[in-house]
Amino acid sequence: MSVRHLYVHVPFCAHRCGYCDFVTVTGHDDVHAAYVDALLAELALHGRLAPETVYVGGGTPSILADDLLARLLAGLPGALEVTVECNPETITAAKARALREGGVNRISLGAQSFQPHLLETLERRARPETVAAAVEILRAEGHENVNLDLMFGVPGQSRSDLQADIEGVLAHAPEHVSWYELEAKPGTRFSVHHGAELARQAEALEDHYETVVAALRGAGYRWYETANFCRPGRESRHNLGYWLGHDYLGVGVGAVSTLGLVRRRNRPRLRPYLEACAAGRPAPAEVEELTASERGLERLMLGLRLDEPLHLNGLAALVDDAACDRLAAAGLVLRDGETITLTERGRFLANDVVASVLR
Amino acid sequence: MSLETIRNFSIIAHIDHGKSTLADRILQLTRTVAERDMREQVLDSMELERERGITIKAQAVRVLFPAADGRTYELNLIDTPGHVDFTYEVSRSLAACEGALLVVDAAQGIEAQTLANAYLAIENELEIVPVVNKIDLPSADADGVALEVADLVGGNAEDVLRISAKTGVGVEGVLQAIVDRVPPPKGDVDAPGRALIFDSSYDQYRGVVAFVRVVDGTFEPRQRVRAMAQGTTFEVEELGVFSPGMRATPELGAGDVGYVITGLKDVSQLRVGDTLTQARGGAAEPLPGYQDVKPMVFAGLFPTDSDQYPELRDALEKLKLNDAALSYEPETSRALGFGFRCGFLGLLHMDIVRERLEREHDLDLLVTAPNVAYRVRAVDGEWIEVHNPAQMPDAGSIEETEEPYVRASIICPSDHVGAVMELNQERRGTFGHMEYLSPERVQLIYDLPLAEIVLDYYDQLKSRTRGYASFDYELLGFRPGQVVKVDVLLAGERVDSLSLITHRDNAYRQGKALVEALRERIPRQMFEVAIQAAIGSRVIARETVKAKRKDVLAKCYGGDISRKRKLLEKQKKGKRRMKQVGNIEVPQEAFLAVLEINREGAA
Repeated sequence: MSVRHLYVHVPFCAHRCGYCDFVTVTGHDDVHAAYVDALLAELALHGRLAPETVYVGGGTPSILADDLLARLLAGLPGALEVTVECNPETITAAKARALREGGVNRISLGAQSFQPHLLETLERRARPETVAAAVEILRAEGHENVNLDLMFGVPGQSRSDLQADIEGVLAHAPEHVSWYELEAKPGTRFSVHHGAELARQAEALEDHYETVVAALRGAGYRWYETANFCRPGRESRHNLGYWLGHDYLGVGVGAVSTLGLVRRRNRPRLRPYLEACAAGRPAPAEVEELTASERGLERLMLGLRLDEPLHLNGLAALVDDAACDRLAAAGLVLRDGETITLTERGRFLANDVVASVLR
Repeated sequence: MSLETIRNFSIIAHIDHGKSTLADRILQLTRTVAERDMREQVLDSMELERERGITIKAQAVRVLFPAADGRTYELNLIDTPGHVDFTYEVSRSLAACEGALLVVDAAQGIEAQTLANAYLAIENELEIVPVVNKIDLPSADADGVALEVADLVGGNAEDVLRISAKTGVGVEGVLQAIVDRVPPPKGDVDAPGRALIFDSSYDQYRGVVAFVRVVDGTFEPRQRVRAMAQGTTFEVEELGVFSPGMRATPELGAGDVGYVITGLKDVSQLRVGDTLTQARGGAAEPLPGYQDVKPMVFAGLFPTDSDQYPELRDALEKLKLNDAALSYEPETSRALGFGFRCGFLGLLHMDIVRERLEREHDLDLLVTAPNVAYRVRAVDGEWIEVHNPAQMPDAGSIEETEEPYVRASIICPSDHVGAVMELNQERRGTFGHMEYLSPERVQLIYDLPLAEIVLDYYDQLKSRTRGYASFDYELLGFRPGQVVKVDVLLAGERVDSLSLITHRDNAYRQGKALVEALRERIPRQMFEVAIQAAIGSRVIARETVKAKRKDVLAKCYGGDISRKRKLLEKQKKGKRRMKQVGNIEVPQEAFLAVLEINREGAA
């Protein structure tokens, strides 16, 4: 099977942050080794892979002990781009070395903020100095493609907090920055505790988002995706795969694969996953059959997150031309024959623009 | 039966003063209805009437009463509708009688409606038999109320009967008083036939049934008959009396009250107040008092579910068969889809129609803010009647405008006079006069624009007098009034279904309230939305909904594509429910703002 993008999920975390809705597992240090075995067993069921990109995400993949991490990396196919998500507090020189020796050429570091009170609100364990130390260690160990994850819209975040975070990011000169608006999903601990404050600051977030985009572009980063910025040539090739509508294979608990019109979602429970993999069976999963128009709609939705024109090959039927003309006249989209691109203002309003563009 | 032993009478009473109970008691006492068939309030046969305790359609019943002189009298009770909207029908019912029982609640005293109908009866030269009812109530003040009533009809308090329809005390005395005091019908038995239509109903199988009072001559089955005002002719299929169901008789003669089955297929072919006579050799002069009743209050009726449009049309057709005063024509609203512009006699009439449509026809309806009929003369001199803001000509081409006025009678405790006057002042009322009915109760007469009372006048009156005021009105006709159309523009584009017609003095306040309500109901969107209220090209109020600056999903990777797609589909679906006005998306509920505004703005 030719899979261009491989995602590997490592669910373990030292602590589950209040805003998080990923599949995570705390404690269970005793099963880390069994889990790595299971991942490799699941992967083996898919035969020999030669992907362009591998992305190890979590959870906190870097929480794995150095030898376990090395074993996992050794078992993964090589690729042009291999990314591992790390939490700053887990980075040691030995870890950084294990990553590099395991073929990892891109590190994504979850900084979130440089303000102690905001890190506390987010229930992060790292302190600002931890982030700085981690970046320093990674650089010293030869990692020259580093992403920092940041967040805006944290309850209690002032304009000057945001400004300080922007300065903090630029001081570390990362090759790539992901800067998300905090999404307090219904049902998370976070939305229960901070819902009222989040609603109150909703309008200030418009400012925050514009400020972030302007500051990073001003510093020479390309705003290549809704929430992602990079130095020239340093896009996340793996994530671009999602946004360009490529197929991808995901392994691990809760991991999702999309292959043609079939979307498989591994079930999130750890125990049944380990048992199935140990027995050489496919991981328990639910399957979503996509229709061609659903896949097309996803293609539009994802493609319009990018700064480059979206080619409408095969998608034209999904587009409302009259609405497109209206939005073009209003300066929200550029329509050029077979392509659609969102203008800068259109990108800030992407949800509404995309919903309007759809027939 | 000779005219000497016939008595035709109605009962005039305010809602809840016991008219129906008294009627029931009379039926029971004369054994017109067998005890086992006696259910409460036999006369109010429509479900809705029984529930609301009011009579919508007039009905009649004949009872036989063995009087003190040993003779048996035929008493025809003609029931009258009990509400201001049906004043004309009341007046026709009264015209069919020689006498009226004026029933007043011993605890409540005279109310505005009683008074209005009592005056109608006096105008029709009816003999009035005053009755104080509910004397069994602990709070009854029979003597005080008897004085008030005697004062009104110009008699002695001793002649006022005191009864309890509930317990039956004094009811037989009422029947005897009808025989003694109400004169027998006069009429020329040998003259060409003349019969007053005081009501009609529609029977699915037999067509229009006319309820008539024969004044002169005799009518028989198979006769060819003509309605003199409208010119409709038909052959009498059957005629008879009410006892209380329809019972066929070989003839109906002068003085009789009964029914005529016409075979006509539409009640509008036979109007209340018209005179029936023989098609050949008939009378030359109709009975006096016929008027063509015209709807004065208009509102749009739209099915909540647009699929119900054909059902709504069928239901209106059926209702119209039984309700000549109801008018309707198709209307299309950008916001509400297909529906009908309906004309009503008044607000209660509107309410009844709406409720019957919903209840009897199982429809879910949206009723727009009602407006009255206006008359507009354009620069070219032509008068037109406007029932709908959309029909209003451009401000520039209007020469003069007129609006309907009513004469309102309000009765309230004397310590609330100030509040009532203030309300009438606010509603552009012109003071007529004031009269003390007793040291504690006052009647106020005001001329008011109908537009000022159609919305919440009655609610306001009640709330400002702690529920003590009663109110009645009669239509005076059109008078000059500076009415204007207030348009709403969204992002510069006029939106028809948000327009309203109002008096110039109210235009600014209502326009402002309307744009404010719209601002609250129109969500922020990709563009700034200017909301303006304007008279012609002059903007009188403006609000702005700022454009939103951010609407994005923060992150989207392999694991959450399905969820994000569903969110997008949901957002798309939400958009489809909105109405597109240029670049602006307007939620359905925003179009209802005009409804609330009319209520607030009028206050």
